[in-house]
Amino acid sequence: MTAGAKAFSQLRLQGVSRRFGGHDALRDLDLTIEAGEFVALLGPSGCGKSTALNCLAGLLPLTAGSIWQDERRIDTLPPERRGFGMVFQNYALFPHMSVRANIAFGLRMRRLPKDEIRRRTDEAVRLVRLEDHAGKLPGQLSGGQQQRVAIARAVVLEPSLVLMDEPLSNLDAKLRLEMRTEIRRLHQSLGLTTVYVTHDQEEALSLADRLVVLREGRVQQIGAPEELHTRPANWHVADFMGYRNLWTMRVREAADGTVAVERDGLRLVGVPVGPVAPGDEVIVAVRPEDVRVDQGDATTNAVPAEIEVVEYQGRELAAEAVTAAGSRVHLRTDRRVAPGDPVTLSIDPQRLLVFPGDAAATRPADKAAAVVEEPGLVG
Amino acid sequence: MVTTTAATDTRRRIVARPAAWLVWGAVIFFFLNLLGVVGSVLVSSFGQRWFDTWFPDGYTTKWYGDAWTEFALLQVITVTLQVSLLVVGLSLLIGVPAAYVLARRSFPGKRAIYLVFLLPILMPPITYGIPLATVLYKFGFAGHLSGVVLANLVPSVPFVILTMTPFIEQIDPRIESAARMCGAGMRSVFLRVLAPLLLPGMLASAILVLVRTVGMFELTFLTAGPDSQTLVVALYYSMSAAGIRAQQSVDAMAVMYTAMMLVLLVIALRYVNPTQLVARVKEEPEP
Amino acid sequence: MSVTTPTPAVESAGPPAPARAHWQHRLAERGVDRHLWLLTPALLFVVLLFLYPFFYGLGLSFQPTEGGPFSDYARFFGDAYQRDTIWTTLGLALPAALLNVVASVPIAYRMRGRFRGKRLVTILLVVPITLGTVLTAQGLLNFLGPTGWFNRVLTALHLTDEPIRLVHNYWGVFFSLVITGFPFAFLLVLSYLSGIDPTLERAAATLGAGWWQRFRMITLPLLMPGLATTFCLTFVLAFSVFPSAVLVGNPAGETRVISIAAYQAAYEQYDYPYASAIAMIMGLIELVVIAVVLFARTRFYTGSTGGKG
Repeated sequence: MTAGAKAFSQLRLQGVSRRFGGHDALRDLDLTIEAGEFVALLGPSGCGKSTALNCLAGLLPLTAGSIWQDERRIDTLPPERRGFGMVFQNYALFPHMSVRANIAFGLRMRRLPKDEIRRRTDEAVRLVRLEDHAGKLPGQLSGGQQQRVAIARAVVLEPSLVLMDEPLSNLDAKLRLEMRTEIRRLHQSLGLTTVYVTHDQEEALSLADRLVVLREGRVQQIGAPEELHTRPANWHVADFMGYRNLWTMRVREAADGTVAVERDGLRLVGVPVGPVAPGDEVIVAVRPEDVRVDQGDATTNAVPAEIEVVEYQGRELAAEAVTAAGSRVHLRTDRRVAPGDPVTLSIDPQRLLVFPGDAAATRPADKAAAVVEEPGLVG
Repeated sequence: MVTTTAATDTRRRIVARPAAWLVWGAVIFFFLNLLGVVGSVLVSSFGQRWFDTWFPDGYTTKWYGDAWTEFALLQVITVTLQVSLLVVGLSLLIGVPAAYVLARRSFPGKRAIYLVFLLPILMPPITYGIPLATVLYKFGFAGHLSGVVLANLVPSVPFVILTMTPFIEQIDPRIESAARMCGAGMRSVFLRVLAPLLLPGMLASAILVLVRTVGMFELTFLTAGPDSQTLVVALYYSMSAAGIRAQQSVDAMAVMYTAMMLVLLVIALRYVNPTQLVARVKEEPEP
Repeated sequence: MSVTTPTPAVESAGPPAPARAHWQHRLAERGVDRHLWLLTPALLFVVLLFLYPFFYGLGLSFQPTEGGPFSDYARFFGDAYQRDTIWTTLGLALPAALLNVVASVPIAYRMRGRFRGKRLVTILLVVPITLGTVLTAQGLLNFLGPTGWFNRVLTALHLTDEPIRLVHNYWGVFFSLVITGFPFAFLLVLSYLSGIDPTLERAAATLGAGWWQRFRMITLPLLMPGLATTFCLTFVLAFSVFPSAVLVGNPAGETRVISIAAYQAAYEQYDYPYASAIAMIMGLIELVVIAVVLFARTRFYTGSTGGKG
C-alpha cells in the first residue's frame, strides 16, 4: 500500500517556510497536529494559509524546514505518496468522469480489488447523500453537490490527514451553513485528522478544535476558538476576529492589569494585552457588540455620541456613531436608534483591549501578557 | 453626423446606413472575386475548349483522367497523405509534452525557449528553408520522403506547442493536484486525467497541422525530390511548365487539390472554429 | 509509477535540527524537476532542424566561393538587379499588409457581435487561406486574364474598351496577396475586436460620446496592439511571397522578389553560400520591420480588454 496511508499519532511542521521570488509567503511555521484534531488555518487572503496547506500536501516545495509524521520525514515525498486527502477550493473534480468514477479514482490508483472499490465507493456516495447523482458528470451538479463529491473523493481513502482549502468559499450563504454542519458531522463520525484553511473567522471558530491565525506569512496566534475570540494576541488578530473598533490612542496610566488611554479628550479604561507603558501609542480594540447604548449610569468609559448610520440586521441594529471628538464607533444594539439620536455609549473595561502599537506588536505573539487580573478603576 | 446618445440600436439605424452599405458592398465584392477565382478553375477543368467566350463550348470530364495519368496523381496523393500524417503524428508527439512543460512550469530560460519555438513561425519559410534544405541535402535526407517530413516539422512542432500551451493552461492545475492527492503517479495523471481532457485540443491541433502541411508549398518545394512531391508542389510544377500540357488538365489537378483541401476543411471545422485555422486567438464562445 | 523517484531521505529518528530545505525542494524551487525532461524532444528538434541549419546557413554565407567573408553580401548589395529585390518585396508586402489590416477594421467593427450567417462568412473567408497561394495563382490567371471573367464584366459594362492587364505584373501578385491575406487579417482583427468588452463602449455612450468618438477614443486604442500583431503576421505572409510572384507576377522583372533571388542562387546557380547570404538578408529585413512594429506596439495599452477574448 501507499507508504503514508497508515495513521500517525503526531504530525510536526518544523520551521516550514516558503518564498516566492523575494517574498516570504510563509515563514517559520511550527505546528504539531495530534491525530483526530481539526485544525483551522485562518487569515486574510495572502497570509500564507494556502501556501502552508500546499506545502503540507506536497504540492509546493519547501524553501526551508521539514515535515515529520511521527519519526518519518515526509516533506521529500511526492504528494501521491503521502496518503493525504485534499478538498480543493473549486473542488477540482475530474470533469470527464462521473461522480462515482471521481470518488473511485483514488481507490483505483491503489489497485484495490474491484469489489472493494465498489463497496467503498457506494459507502462514500451514501455518506455524502449523492445516491441519486452517482452516474452524473460533475458539470451536471450544483455547487453544493460538487462540494460533496470533492469531500467524498478525499475521505473515501480514509486518509491519515484531510486537507481542505477554503472548501466553502464558492457556495452561497445558505449552502455554506449547511455544508459547514455537514463537514463537522463528517469529522465527528469519521474522526479524520483535518487541516482546514479559511479566511472566514466564523467558519473557523465553529469548525475547529484549534486555530492558527496567520498574517503576512507568520503565525500570529495559535489557540482554541474561545481563546482567540476573547483574547486575541495582538491587534491584527483582533482586527481579524471581529473587533471592528480599532482606535489609535495614547497611554496615560498603566497599573495592576488596567490601563488608561486617551485621545482628543476621550478617556477610556481597558485591559492591556502586551507590554504598554505610559506615553506609548497603543491600539484600542472593542467589538461592536460590546458597546452598550444608554445603559444605566455607567461612569467608566461612558462616551457621549451621535448616531450617524443605522443598518437593520434582524433582531439587532448595526450602527455607527460619532463622538464629539470625531471618533467613529461601530456598535450593535437592540434599541431602535435612528440617525441623529444623541446617545451615551459605554464599554465594559474588561472588554476593551489595549494592544501595543505596531512598532512593538510585530514581535511574535506574546501570550503571557494576555492573562489579566481583575479590572480596576482608573481615576 | 453624430446625433444619438445612449441607445446604440437607434444609432445604428440612423447613422450607420451608408457605412453599412459600403462595408457589405466591399465584402460582397471580395466574395464575388473569390467565387470568380475558384469558379473559373472549376469551369475550365470541365470545359472542352475555352477561348475568349463567357463559358466553354462544351463540357467533358476527360481532363481529370488525363491529369490523373499524366501527373501520376495517385502516387502524388499517396505521398501527400504519407507526409501529412507523419508530420501530424510526430509533431504531436514532440510538441504536446513540451507544451505541457511550458504551460505549467516556470524555470530559468523559459522565455528564451519560448522565443526559439516562436521563431520558425515568424520567419518566412524560404529564409530558413534554404539553409535547412542545404543541411538536409548534406545528410542525404532531402529528395526523399524523410527530408520532406523533417522540413515540414519545423513550422508544425512550434504550431502544436503554440496551440496546445493555452489549451493546457486553461485546464485547472488543481485537477492534476487532486489526482496526485488521490495517489496517482505521474503516468496515471497523464494517461487517466490529462489525456482525456487534452484530447479535443490535440484533435484540433492535429487537424490544423494537417491542413497546413497539405497546403505548405515552400518547404516541400525546397526539399522534395521527384518521388516525394506533394500535391501542391506537383501543381506548381505543372503550372510553371504551362504550355507543355493542356491548361484544362492543370485546372483539373487544381480542382482535385481544392477538393482535397475542402474535405479537410470541412473535417477541421467540425472540431475547431474558423479563426483557429488562422492563428491562436480565442474566439468568443459559441452561443 | 514509471518515473523513478529518488528514495525519500529517511533520516534517523529524534528531533532533527531545523535544517535547510531538502535539495529536491531547492531544485524544485527553481522549477527544475523531472518534468523538464518532457521538453527534450522539442528542444532537440528545434536545435537540430532549426537552429543548426540556420547557423549553418549563416556560417555558409560568410564562406563565399570566392572573395572575403563579406563578399557575397557585397555582391548582393553591389548588384542593382539583386539589391532592388528588397524594394520590390517591400513594395508588395507593405502595401498589401497595410491594406489588409486597414480594410479589416471597419468590416470587423461592423460584423462583431452576433448575426445570422456569421459563421458562414467566416467559413467562406477561411477557404482562400486553406487553398493557399498556388491555387489562388492558378485561379487568378484564369479569372483576371485578358479573356477572363473579370475583364469580360468590365468590357460588358463598358468600363473599359480593352482588357486591362492584371496578371503577369505587379497587380497580379498584389491581388493574390490580398485574396489570401485579407481573410487572415480580418479573422484576426475580428477576434481581437470581440475581445474588447462591449460594455466599455456603452459606458462611453452614456457619458455622451458619439460613435466616432467611441471608436476613436475607446475601441481603437484598445485594438491597436492587436492591429500591430495582425500587421506583423500578415506582413510575414506577404513577405515570403514566392509561388504567386512566379506564377501570376513577372518573375524576371517587376515582381522579382527577394525569395526568387534566393531560390535562383540556390537551385539555378547552385551557389549555396550566396543563397544563404540572400536568405539571411531576407530574414534580417523582415525581423527589422517586425521589430519596428512591435516596438511601436509597446506604446499602447496592452493589458486586459475586459472581454471574453
